[in-house]
Amino acid sequence: MARLTAGRGPHRLVVDWPRCAGHGLCAEVLPELVSLDEWGYPVVADGQLPDHLRRDAARARDACPAVALRLDRVTAPPRPRDPSTAPTRDDPAT
Amino acid sequence: MRLLAGTRPDRALTLVEHLAVHGPLRSRDSDMVDQIAAAGLTGRGGGAFPLARKLRTAAAGRRRPVVVVNAAESEPASEKDAWLAARAPHLVVDGAVATAAAVGADEVVLWVHRGACATVTALTAALEERRHLARREPAVRIVEGPGRYVAGEASAIVRHLSGGPALPTVSPHRTAERGVDGRPTVLANAETFAHVALIARHGAGWFRAVGTPDEPGTVLLTLRGAVHRPGVVEAAPGTPLPEILDLAGGPAAPLSALLVGGYGGSWLSWADAATARLTRAGLDELGADLGVGLLLAFPAGRCPLAETERITGWLAAESTGQCGPCVNGLPALAEDITALVRGAGPDRLPDLVARLHRRADLVTGRGACHHPDGTARLVRSALRVFADHVEQHTRSGRCPDLASSPVAPLPAHSPVATAGSWR
Repeated sequence: MARLTAGRGPHRLVVDWPRCAGHGLCAEVLPELVSLDEWGYPVVADGQLPDHLRRDAARARDACPAVALRLDRVTAPPRPRDPSTAPTRDDPAT
Repeated sequence: MRLLAGTRPDRALTLVEHLAVHGPLRSRDSDMVDQIAAAGLTGRGGGAFPLARKLRTAAAGRRRPVVVVNAAESEPASEKDAWLAARAPHLVVDGAVATAAAVGADEVVLWVHRGACATVTALTAALEERRHLARREPAVRIVEGPGRYVAGEASAIVRHLSGGPALPTVSPHRTAERGVDGRPTVLANAETFAHVALIARHGAGWFRAVGTPDEPGTVLLTLRGAVHRPGVVEAAPGTPLPEILDLAGGPAAPLSALLVGGYGGSWLSWADAATARLTRAGLDELGADLGVGLLLAFPAGRCPLAETERITGWLAAESTGQCGPCVNGLPALAEDITALVRGAGPDRLPDLVARLHRRADLVTGRGACHHPDGTARLVRSALRVFADHVEQHTRSGRCPDLASSPVAPLPAHSPVATAGSWR
């Protein structure tokens, strides 16, 4: 079910790599933040999602045929030395 | 020596021998997490993440935590965790049991490679011996997982123990929050738990008496390549690297480089290594990551690029095939390294090196696990450390050392990933 919002608070765009099949729709819907690499897989700009792109990011997520794009809430600064670090999921029902 | 105290090269310490060396496990459940925090114990699986933080997260969860001991050692050149579990199984189990008590876990899993006979035999015998202990212990079981490189990733282990294939996943949760069957999971390497067993006995102050203030305690290392006695050694951070090689009998030939951390690790020129000390921070400054503690001594007169080509090719073939950037990027990196080794020609060289750097950056951080990151790290370090050698290959078209025999041990290529090989 399409949800065109991303919830409150800072978010970031996360690719679920095993699901991603390189359809490339995310780069079409959200070219400001997503480009495609030489093999057609998305390269997502680092960092927090700017507020003005919130709605487009949610559209890109909902457009992905592989359900491989997530909007994760940023809860804490990333701790790169923890291999299991990942931000909290926005909505477990996604 | 702490973890290796009393160990024998050929067999495991029995429970009686273990108790004679280390004494009984003292129960300090109430302040165990605080002691581990004060000790500054970090995970010995490569991430160096503070263990106490994982324990606090797991203990704070609503559901009962699980403790998972990774004794599988998926890194082909490393053997310290499997070796420790095979020689000092009771120390490892002590640590897991003490950890379980500290976080309120009622289940401990010992994760080993299928076919790691010495480790399975030692742990099985140890668990049998412990049935006669007066102390009540949580349920401890051995799980044999597929012996694939990437199956040793935390998320792959969690997925397998939850009933799935041993393939990495992108989980929005930390393992300590939600791991096996959605329960809080304390997952660490066998060595990490063995340190817990000693902290439980002797306390944080004792633990910190060796090592450096930032990297206290000892670490296990696997020494390979051109040393007289390859194998597992125990050393304190801060020790000069040449002294660490001496623990393995010293160099068996003049050295040109060290491979540090694992196959997804970094090359370090011997000139840099000879004056360096063993600390994560110090090695990091030299562009190397201590990773799982592999030090492979690389002798002069061998071609390090050819070695990098072999390892990169092996790593590329170990991709699980799940993530696009890894599936496409790792073989591309391997092909470009091959082109370098064969002598790209002076006019092609700058493009080739630029493309290797670009692709190394491109695969990094874009997968369910850190396999591509490690491969990229190896490639980047080879380009940096062996820049002169790359030039030589290019100018002359061939390298006089190319025909020499390989140094890094590589297992036969794993069978093509079929569903069955990940169960």
